Amino acid sequence: MNYIGIDIGSTCAKVVVLDEQKNVCLEMVQPTGWSSVDTAEEIKKKLLAEGIDPDASPCVATGYGRVSVPYANKMITEITCHAMGALKINHSQDALVIDIGGQDTKIIRIEEGMVKDFIMNDKCSAGTGRFLEVMANSMGMRPDELCTLAETGGGVTISSMCTVFAESEVISLIGRGEPKENIAFAVVDSIVSKVASQASRLHEKGEAVCLTGGLCDCEYVCKALEKKLQSQVITSPQARYAGALGAALAAAKIKL
Amino acid sequence: MANYVEMWKELGMDLENHDNLCAVLPVAYGDVYLSQENRPEGMAFWDMVVADIHGIRPAELIEAQKNGQKVFGTFCVYVPDEVVIAANGIVTGLCGGSQFWVPDGEAVLPKGTCPLIKASVGARLGKTCPFFRIADMYVGETTCDGKKKAWEILGTDVPMHVMDIPQMKREKDIVKWTEEIKDFAAIVEKVTGKEITAESLEAAIKLINEKRKAMARVYEARKAENIPISGKDALLMSQIAFFDDPARCAMMCNKLADELEQRIADGVSVFPAGTKRIMLTGTPMAIPNWKLHHIIETSGAAVVCEETCTGTRYFEGQVEEGKATLDEQYRAIAERYMGINCACFTPNSGRVDDIIRLAKEYKVDGVIDVNLKFCCLYDTEGYTVEAALKEAGIPVLGIETDYADEDSEQLKTRIEAFIEMLG
Repeated sequence: MNYIGIDIGSTCAKVVVLDEQKNVCLEMVQPTGWSSVDTAEEIKKKLLAEGIDPDASPCVATGYGRVSVPYANKMITEITCHAMGALKINHSQDALVIDIGGQDTKIIRIEEGMVKDFIMNDKCSAGTGRFLEVMANSMGMRPDELCTLAETGGGVTISSMCTVFAESEVISLIGRGEPKENIAFAVVDSIVSKVASQASRLHEKGEAVCLTGGLCDCEYVCKALEKKLQSQVITSPQARYAGALGAALAAAKIKL
Repeated sequence: MANYVEMWKELGMDLENHDNLCAVLPVAYGDVYLSQENRPEGMAFWDMVVADIHGIRPAELIEAQKNGQKVFGTFCVYVPDEVVIAANGIVTGLCGGSQFWVPDGEAVLPKGTCPLIKASVGARLGKTCPFFRIADMYVGETTCDGKKKAWEILGTDVPMHVMDIPQMKREKDIVKWTEEIKDFAAIVEKVTGKEITAESLEAAIKLINEKRKAMARVYEARKAENIPISGKDALLMSQIAFFDDPARCAMMCNKLADELEQRIADGVSVFPAGTKRIMLTGTPMAIPNWKLHHIIETSGAAVVCEETCTGTRYFEGQVEEGKATLDEQYRAIAERYMGINCACFTPNSGRVDDIIRLAKEYKVDGVIDVNLKFCCLYDTEGYTVEAALKEAGIPVLGIETDYADEDSEQLKTRIEAFIEMLG
């Protein structure tokens, strides 16, 4: 028996499959694209190709596209799933999780293995992966390239929180010949500042936080966030899959 | 609805645009209300009212005007209905609760104004609501800066009286509010041409007390283990109470309460056993704003109480009856109204006490603190409210939203996650 967790986010769809002993036996990620219904279908084909039948295995869907997975046995919100995934990754029962997603950023307080409180950004892309994506695009580079470049820059800030206005700020910085690394620095600084201010209602000074979501691979984002929060930021490449992992763990509780 | 077209025309309404509103409301009502199962039979009255919401009651008001009565439109639970009724006047609520009216409001107001004010101003200036056309006089109040300035704009289009609400609750503030009520009474007498007497005021006090008691009975039933009425239906009852004739309102609410009490005795509930019980606190939900109730009740939880102006703040507390003179009566009215804990007061610890008390009385599993976008007062007070709830061990979720549907998916995720968190 396999347990399947599918996290269809605004940017990427993540899949985690657990074996009978709840060990991860498969991780997949792909762009969500235009249609989460099509994405769910593609995931099904890929799973079948791996010899896993989603119709015959317990399956939980999460993420904003969770309603588009017809073969899922249950839908659970990404808040609960990210929390459960982060606990598993960190072998802990208590944590403050910061998930920087494609269109929203979540701060989740977990105590004794249960979600106690959470904050989600309002309908605004400041401090999310989308903000990074748009800025990287206007600078003609990939988001991960921008993050790496940011480490060597400094001295510039972007004041607009609105992605549209911030993009025009970036374009005028390019126009006046500001070195790319300085603009990249400003972009990352804007994101981590927004995330840190959002976290301040739940984060206690000095408390270590777990970072999940698509930016966990960017070493400099973690460093910059550590500096802003004045706290240790714990992450791992697996943290990108935290939502899907949490969903798979929830699937393991389903009796078909 | 066709038979009301002449009436709307005579009211000077923008019929073409009004048709757009008439086209969407039944669809929304069908989706939100008529899709519910096992509703109390008594809700048929409110279904009928909504089906002809711009017809039946407006026609009654126009008929009353023909018989010499005057209609006063109000926007706040602090404006005492008793005074108007004692002078043979009629009160109708005028708060706008639909995104439909917001663009017309934004034509004259800053975008960063709360949707309730924008919709209220838009409903008047856009000529798309009969109640806003019918009222002989509007009665505003100074609960917030947005409203104060909006009254100045509305006042250029319709007779307007503004009551100055104190910002604190000291003895001298209650004295001041008593004086404000007396000034209001003089204005009402002038408009209606009827003198307010101790007898007429006593009768009005009794009438409105009865209405409040009837509404409280419906709410009382929601405290039961098996919830006999959905939050949506209870909200509708409360929203319509602002428009209806107070005696009929009391009668229909009492009839509904009879049925709900019977349901409790029979163990009938509109929700499965174990459904999580949610209380909403914060800003008012003017008709037809059913947005959050609908999201919550389609996400597996039930709304059992609203600590809002369209909830407990509207009906809790009575005016003391049996006072001998007008002076004593006005003082008694002032005391009852000054007992409402609105975020426009400072300090406002009474509201926090109310919320904790209500959370216990209604046995809630969690509280959702709602703020209409750009309401600085409730938004800021939310910090204190949420801290107090956490201190009391009651889970709380803060939500800020407006009338538009654009954020409903995000809200659904947050609310579902909150319900998951409750276990």
